Amino acid sequence: MGLGAYLRNIKDAVVTIADGLAVTASHMIRKPYTVEYPDRLPDGVRVQDRLPFRYRGILEVDLEICTACLACERACPIDCIVIDATKDKAAGGLVMTRFDIDMAKCMYCGLCSEPCPTGAIHHTPEFEGADYSLESLVRRFVKAPVVAYKPKKTGEVDPAVKPILDRGLRYVSEFAKSEAGDEA
Amino acid sequence: MQAFVDGLIAGGAVPASVPAWLAYLGAMLAFGGVVVFGFVLPVAGITTWVERRIMGRMQSRIGPNRTGPIGFLQWLADGIKNVLKEDIVPTAADAPLFKLAPYVVMTGFVGTFAALPFSSALIVADLNVGILYVTAVTALVVVGILMAGWASNNKWSLLGGVRSAAQIVSYEIPAGLSIFPIVLLTGSLSMQAIIARQGWAPWQWNLFENPFTFVAFFVFFVSALAEGNRTPFDLPEAESELVAGFATEYSGMRNLLFFMAEWGNLYVIGAIATTLFLGGWRIPWALEDAPVLRAALELATFFVKAYVVGVLLPIWLRWTLPRIRVDQMMTMCWKYLVPVAFADLLGAAGWMVAFPAGVPAVRAALAALAGGFVVLFLWRVRFHIRNARLTRRDLSFNPLSTARVPG
Repeated sequence: MGLGAYLRNIKDAVVTIADGLAVTASHMIRKPYTVEYPDRLPDGVRVQDRLPFRYRGILEVDLEICTACLACERACPIDCIVIDATKDKAAGGLVMTRFDIDMAKCMYCGLCSEPCPTGAIHHTPEFEGADYSLESLVRRFVKAPVVAYKPKKTGEVDPAVKPILDRGLRYVSEFAKSEAGDEA
Repeated sequence: MQAFVDGLIAGGAVPASVPAWLAYLGAMLAFGGVVVFGFVLPVAGITTWVERRIMGRMQSRIGPNRTGPIGFLQWLADGIKNVLKEDIVPTAADAPLFKLAPYVVMTGFVGTFAALPFSSALIVADLNVGILYVTAVTALVVVGILMAGWASNNKWSLLGGVRSAAQIVSYEIPAGLSIFPIVLLTGSLSMQAIIARQGWAPWQWNLFENPFTFVAFFVFFVSALAEGNRTPFDLPEAESELVAGFATEYSGMRNLLFFMAEWGNLYVIGAIATTLFLGGWRIPWALEDAPVLRAALELATFFVKAYVVGVLLPIWLRWTLPRIRVDQMMTMCWKYLVPVAFADLLGAAGWMVAFPAGVPAVRAALAALAGGFVVLFLWRVRFHIRNARLTRRDLSFNPLSTARVPG
């Protein structure tokens, strides 16, 4: 090693250490990201509202827009979703008698929310699900038999269902896609 | 100190039946106790809290903030917890050595305070070999660490102890060599004489005396960091490799003593650097008729300088740099610091021969250069903040959340 390389090593050490110090100094005067959950949140702020994009919390189903296509049930790798749906001509389509999600089994992988055509099944930012029994962790969405949602051929949407469907489709397009934006 | 006790004896505060040496001994022990319990332990303790707060902010966290206002009492809580913990001595350990080791480390660290100045009047003993004594007594720490590593009868401890020995013994050389230029300038080893040579203003400090003392400061600082086992030279502890190095088998108060010595040692590093290079306790006013105010101002000046250079700067470095490898540590010492320190010593001696009175223009230029570096540095900090602002994504967006939170 010549003298030039020797001196360059010293110069490089000094310059890179100084720039590293500048990075940490800039962090020193930034606001910390820490949210002091649960007891020191700012007034009126729920930690659920501050969670990052694509947070996968407890699953929720909007039965109004569920088409009972069973895509989520098939996608679930650990079979924690159970849907019972039968054809009923008189009622005008598929009638769901059961839509259970066992949150005790659920591993929050998000594979059910990706194939959902309407965004009916989705993750919420809720995560406080602790309870005293396993049974109470099973979420039973169907209280009474309900007719599955069926899009009209004309493309019209029932005004009562429209806001829910809009939100669901927005969820599908913005949330259940991979980061790069392709249909995963 | 002796004059003060002589005054007490003459004034009748000490009974005549007490021999003078006993009075001296008592006074030294009392003053030592005041220094250790009133200054060293609180400084070492509070530094742990300061370090954890700074570390938190540098990692975009908050740090301890639950114990007392902004977590200030955390160091007391940790201290009480450690005192109450069981003091375990492993069956296979060499019990007497194992128990003795923390005290040796502590002695090596507290012993330096005997010669460290606090102000022009406040110093336990202004030894005529002051700086030599400080460097010598600090080397006692390596004996304690090696003792701990050996007596623990644990491979991690032994590796840590051996690394520490290699490291401290190696870095003693550049540390000593970088002190020499200042000793040459002053013509004395006494801490007070070294400070008295400098002025209060930055351009009157030894740091800017000539280009060689400027380089010597950085050589000294790096070597002192390595001697204090601080990151990036914390190889003796190296949590990720050696569990806790020489302190692996220690628990409770004995473990705490090691860490107290480490954190307290930071202040010692700062105090030595302040004495040698940064003008010590010099203040702009003489204040001949107000000795208490003068002592307080000098103490504050010295403490602030020593704390910034010895404590805040190493903490900042610690959370910036990763730990270096053993071979890199040795390369840095023997291939870079030692040759540079030797060249620096020769240069400083040559400069003194060429310009016995010093060159005011060079002082001013060096001080301006240092100021320029600071400005450049602040500009880089601003750049990094802006850069982060441009690239930050809106992390709090969630289509299902009920509120949009400003970042």
